[in-house]
Amino acid sequence: MSTDRRQFLSAFGKLLILTPAAAAAWEYVEAGKAEEAPGYRTADHWWAMVIDIEKCIGCGNCVRACKTENDVPLEPEYFRTWVERYHVPEGVSEHPDVDSPNGGYDGFPEKYRPGDGAKSFFVPKICNHCASSPCVQVCPVGATFESPDGVVLVDKSYCLGCRYCVQACPYGCRYIDPRTETVDKCTFCYHRITKGLTTACCETCPTGARQLGDLKNPKDPIHEFLRTHKVQVLKPQMATGSKTWYSGLDGSVR
Amino acid sequence: MHESLTSLVQGFMYPNEVELQWSVLVVLYPYLTGLVAGAFILASLERVFRVEAVKPTYRLALLTALAFLIVAPLPLQLHLGHPERSLEMYLTPHTSSAMAMFGFVYLWYLMAVLVLEIWLDYRADIVTTARASKGLKRQLYRAMALWSDDLSEESRRLDDKVGYILTIIGIPSAFLLHGYVGFIFGSIKANPWWSTPLMPIVFLFSAIVSGIALVLLMYMATCVAKRVPIDMRCVDTIAKYLFYAFIIDFTLEGIDLLHRMYEADESFKSLDFMVKTKLFVSQILLQVIFGGLVPILLLAITQVVKLSEQARKAIYAVCGALTLVGILAMRWNVVIGGQLFSKSFLGYTTYKMDFATKEGLLPAILLMILPFVILAVLVKLLPPWQEAETE
Repeated sequence: MSTDRRQFLSAFGKLLILTPAAAAAWEYVEAGKAEEAPGYRTADHWWAMVIDIEKCIGCGNCVRACKTENDVPLEPEYFRTWVERYHVPEGVSEHPDVDSPNGGYDGFPEKYRPGDGAKSFFVPKICNHCASSPCVQVCPVGATFESPDGVVLVDKSYCLGCRYCVQACPYGCRYIDPRTETVDKCTFCYHRITKGLTTACCETCPTGARQLGDLKNPKDPIHEFLRTHKVQVLKPQMATGSKTWYSGLDGSVR
Repeated sequence: MHESLTSLVQGFMYPNEVELQWSVLVVLYPYLTGLVAGAFILASLERVFRVEAVKPTYRLALLTALAFLIVAPLPLQLHLGHPERSLEMYLTPHTSSAMAMFGFVYLWYLMAVLVLEIWLDYRADIVTTARASKGLKRQLYRAMALWSDDLSEESRRLDDKVGYILTIIGIPSAFLLHGYVGFIFGSIKANPWWSTPLMPIVFLFSAIVSGIALVLLMYMATCVAKRVPIDMRCVDTIAKYLFYAFIIDFTLEGIDLLHRMYEADESFKSLDFMVKTKLFVSQILLQVIFGGLVPILLLAITQVVKLSEQARKAIYAVCGALTLVGILAMRWNVVIGGQLFSKSFLGYTTYKMDFATKEGLLPAILLMILPFVILAVLVKLLPPWQEAETE
């Protein structure tokens, strides 16, 4: 009899402790996968981007679309993507004149006259989603990581806000979101691409200057683009394994 | 917001670069850890290399190192966007991150080296104090002695032996602590101002220089405060070490500078301009001239010219103070300077230091005062000059 009571108490005690844990676990199961895209397998993709300098007209659609889609703060110090205007007088590629008023969000006011002896072009910038990312390397807790499908992401619930990754990015692609005090950056619109959509910036580019590509999909047009164009990455000397390729990139761009 | 921040920029910066990421608090972090490492290395000289002359500073140096080490992580903690998550660095460290190891190096140094060494050195004194006192004080000292009550010759010999081994472990640990802090900066390839293999060793020697200067000043100040004569053999020896360490430090920094100027790579023009403009006061004036050349020259004079005691004391005090300012300027130039230029090498931003904000000047000043408050408490609990008094 006493053994029965002991058994009952022990079982009840265990149940009492385990119920909240089980409830929490069930909640987790019910919430579905983090990416919430049931048909999407990370192992089947390897994302990259190609940018055609010749096609960019500096309209700023991409910057506006990105800020809206990804809830990026509107202040001019926070960008997941931005556009720079280069003005390179003949033979002085070491000292280009560069500006990016409000990151190109409002487009570019007329500044240079045609025929002033210099070349002008726009350079859209975005996280290069490097395959050996210096930002991922330095994160002290692993809050930023390269996903198996080749996208550099941040776990905001884990980020300490130490800003080491911001220092480590050679391209200036990271910022601290003042609202969350955690780091933020381009995700290649991960919530969209895992559902078969393209990024907000590619979607809204009127000239098709940007194209998201899946290097693991043999039918993706990115393969043809890379085969038929002379491409370059930014700061190749950094050896970051950048996956954002530029066509028509001038040597003055940094 | 728009106008105010963009007006800080000269030339072109990537938009996300306009705001500085690391503030004056991150300047304090290498400064404080440097003082710790330097003070400890000076203390070790007496213990391991048996430099009897610096013995009067042995305990003071250890307590100073401890006081500063306790404060060292606070500026980082204040600086974090989410300080409540900092424990994750211990629980889930990212092994490829240079920063992730800080917690472990710090804890190792704090607990395994400093606290243990101080405890072993003081244990017999603590037991004696516990025996001689009553009530709460007795309980406190008994607890501090971890309830040991052994004053036998053998136990003291054991304290000494273990302490000696700890000091031997402590020296490479002190080198590790600060060399490592240098590596945090030196390993960032994206930043040419930081990225140099010399960074850890420059940090290490500047740490030794600043720690020696601090202990020299602290020793002289406590002597004045306690109205006891300054042991000239002791300060002369410390000053000699300061001079040697300074020459190595200055040479290393000179090599770095020369190398940059001669190679003149893609970043050079941008950095050169920055040093001559935005960093002119802190780099050229404070770090190189008043915090480097002047104290080295003054110390050199004390080494070759026979000066009166009074003159030497004055020179040591001035040199100590200038050195501390110079090394602080060096930390500033590394941390803040490394963020003033664009990684596009096409422009510069400005650091506007706030005053009474989380990362402003006020908390920085308070954090610089705090180690001295802690040291005062430590000195009260564990008087470092007992031997002098009993003599």
